[in-house]
Amino acid sequence: MTTVASIPEDLDNPYALSHLDALESEAVHIFREVAGEFERPVILFSGGKDSIVMLHLALKAFAPAPVPFALLHVDTGHNFPEVLAYRDRTVAEHGLRLHVASVQEFIDRGELRERPDGTRNPLQTVPLLDAIESNRFDAVFGGGRRDEEKARAKERVFSLRDEFGGWDPRRQRPELWQLYNGRHSPGEHVRVFPLSNWTELDVWQYIAREKIELPAIYYAHRREVFARNGMWLAPGEWGGPKDGERLELRQVRYRTVGDMSCTGAVESDADTIEAVIAEIAASRLTERGATRADDKLSEAAMEDRKREGYF
Amino acid sequence: MSTTNTAAAEGTVDTGATSLLRFATAGSVDDGKSTLVGRLLHDSKSVLADQLEAVEHASRNRGQEAPDLALLTDGLRAEREQGITIDVAYRYFATPRRRFILADTPGHVQYTRNMVTGASTAELAVVLVDARNGVVEQTRRHAAVAALLRVPHVVLAVNKMDLVGYREAVFAAIAEEFTAYAGSLGVPEITAIPISALAGDNVVTPSATMDWYGGPTVLEHLETVPVVADPSDDPARFPVQYVIRPQTAEHPDYRGYAGQIASGVLRVGDVVTVLPSGRTSTIEGIDALGRSVDVAWAPQSVTLRLADDLDISRGDLIAPAGAAPVATQDIEATVCHVADRPLAVGQRVLLKHTTRTVKAIVKEIPSRLTLDDLSQHPAPGELAANDIGRIVVRTAAPLALDAYAESRRTGSFLLIDPADGTTLTAGMAGTAFAEAAADPAPESAADDEGWDF
Repeated sequence: MTTVASIPEDLDNPYALSHLDALESEAVHIFREVAGEFERPVILFSGGKDSIVMLHLALKAFAPAPVPFALLHVDTGHNFPEVLAYRDRTVAEHGLRLHVASVQEFIDRGELRERPDGTRNPLQTVPLLDAIESNRFDAVFGGGRRDEEKARAKERVFSLRDEFGGWDPRRQRPELWQLYNGRHSPGEHVRVFPLSNWTELDVWQYIAREKIELPAIYYAHRREVFARNGMWLAPGEWGGPKDGERLELRQVRYRTVGDMSCTGAVESDADTIEAVIAEIAASRLTERGATRADDKLSEAAMEDRKREGYF
Repeated sequence: MSTTNTAAAEGTVDTGATSLLRFATAGSVDDGKSTLVGRLLHDSKSVLADQLEAVEHASRNRGQEAPDLALLTDGLRAEREQGITIDVAYRYFATPRRRFILADTPGHVQYTRNMVTGASTAELAVVLVDARNGVVEQTRRHAAVAALLRVPHVVLAVNKMDLVGYREAVFAAIAEEFTAYAGSLGVPEITAIPISALAGDNVVTPSATMDWYGGPTVLEHLETVPVVADPSDDPARFPVQYVIRPQTAEHPDYRGYAGQIASGVLRVGDVVTVLPSGRTSTIEGIDALGRSVDVAWAPQSVTLRLADDLDISRGDLIAPAGAAPVATQDIEATVCHVADRPLAVGQRVLLKHTTRTVKAIVKEIPSRLTLDDLSQHPAPGELAANDIGRIVVRTAAPLALDAYAESRRTGSFLLIDPADGTTLTAGMAGTAFAEAAADPAPESAADDEGWDF
């Protein structure tokens, strides 16, 4: 059980806003700016907690009208079944339109090649850019947060991408006040990050406050896993475990949800939202450091992927 | 299967009811800014083990013995290769009392635009000086940016006190000089703190060697500085972002105006004017993201419903009938030019103000300002990257602007290149315009003299 934080004096002010209220209003403002200025926006939706919070904010921003955007899932083919089920249920519940960009189809057509390590996260860029181009999406909402990673710390809320989807950190537009400049030329698009200023803990606190349902794998459960590169990975058709890797039954949960081949579970007994918040508040590792093999590739792994058009 | 534990009843979940402070730091590596930021993050336990390990690893690779805390924020390849900060980096940390968003900006001359960017959303700015050098040109430039951007609170961190023997007289002289200078620019509140970022004196924990100093540490000050100015002092401003019309069986007649309250307080029953049409109506309802409320205030995102069916669209402004700004096509402003290509007299641009973008033309550039000594250079003809100057703009349609001194949110604008969308210039509507607007409501106490560059 977590302790209830003492409320500082400035929240006694009748016009005070808690940090969650302030972040919520900021994110809603961003969604509405995009709705007002773009023709064909889309929300990247993976079924991970950040995209779930994005969708929740979008639903609030336009209520009682429906969300004026479609969803886009870049499907690596290595999904947790619980997450896919969650995705489909959510789409049906809110009457949303879902586009799926499939990494598997690109591999089957020979347009992408499987990596030797079996990781498909870096392969998502091509199907993503293809979906953006063929659907002529001009604004693409991503759940990226600046606290996640060093390269993301310098990302704009409205981030212009060239016709190749590329990000050039040295040619970003200065972003002042709450004036977001979304102007772009034909062929270019803008990535929009409504959760830029949120931290992992804010996201979890908001999930608790808003009582948002998540895929079950975010909470502690018994699962067969095996150790690779210091992470607990779940077995699957994607290629694990290999010889010498032994399956064990462990009490785990996921801090991030991505491609099964590179998203590790953490050992945890946190089976409620309060326990998860307490665990994160006490954690000495970042969520990416703890659970993402793709970010361990090099010092600038994320920057390099972003330059190529990654999320 | 629902896994959200609904037994987590309200009141038992710590949803972190803390306030949020956005602040900016300005200073160069030589002033110890990275060390200060690193220490704030490290001592407030916001740097996690894997981040520290990565920094230690990178520092060792460069042959440095101690971990270089600048590497926590300088994440881009070019920065690591050149050992410089090229852009604003946003850092996040929290104490039990507050959540902080830090805009960490490089202090070199050529990066004025980054400082301006960081300061534009900051409620507090930390200006660093080296106690051995005192107030230098760069310090004056940082103070001027904070004053220009109307950052409400400024902290002067006099660093490297350990290198001047922790002497009170050194600190007092610097604090006095800076306070006099920044005060003359119109900075409303200045707090000077003697620190040693390297030794940790007065950053997070009180110094054991400077018992002559009785004030707060940097972190204590950040935790306690009031962030909520009373919004009821300001006239309400509501730029319409989007019109919500579900036209569903359930809500056949719902028509709501979605936006974020830019300043002030709005109540059900308020009589409001819609600009630029000038029509009036009454607020019939306020939907605050799922709840119907009687009152809402800046910076809440809400949806307003009006009693009358007016023609209102994105870009319109809803304001109290008795305290609405006067729309104008002639704007005088102080600007920071942020693009690499210059801004010239006669140039055709787009002007983005709140939720409205209109065509505009740069009529005059009366002066350019040197931030180091506030000297003026009349009629420069154009403004180059990082220049601060005065401009006069004529817009194709009337805009309901406030003076930036009255309202940072409705007094600010961008100039945009219509050809490729480049953000050219950051503008702050000047005082001359505020006088022209016969606005009876805000009798601001702000000292405008500091603006008359």
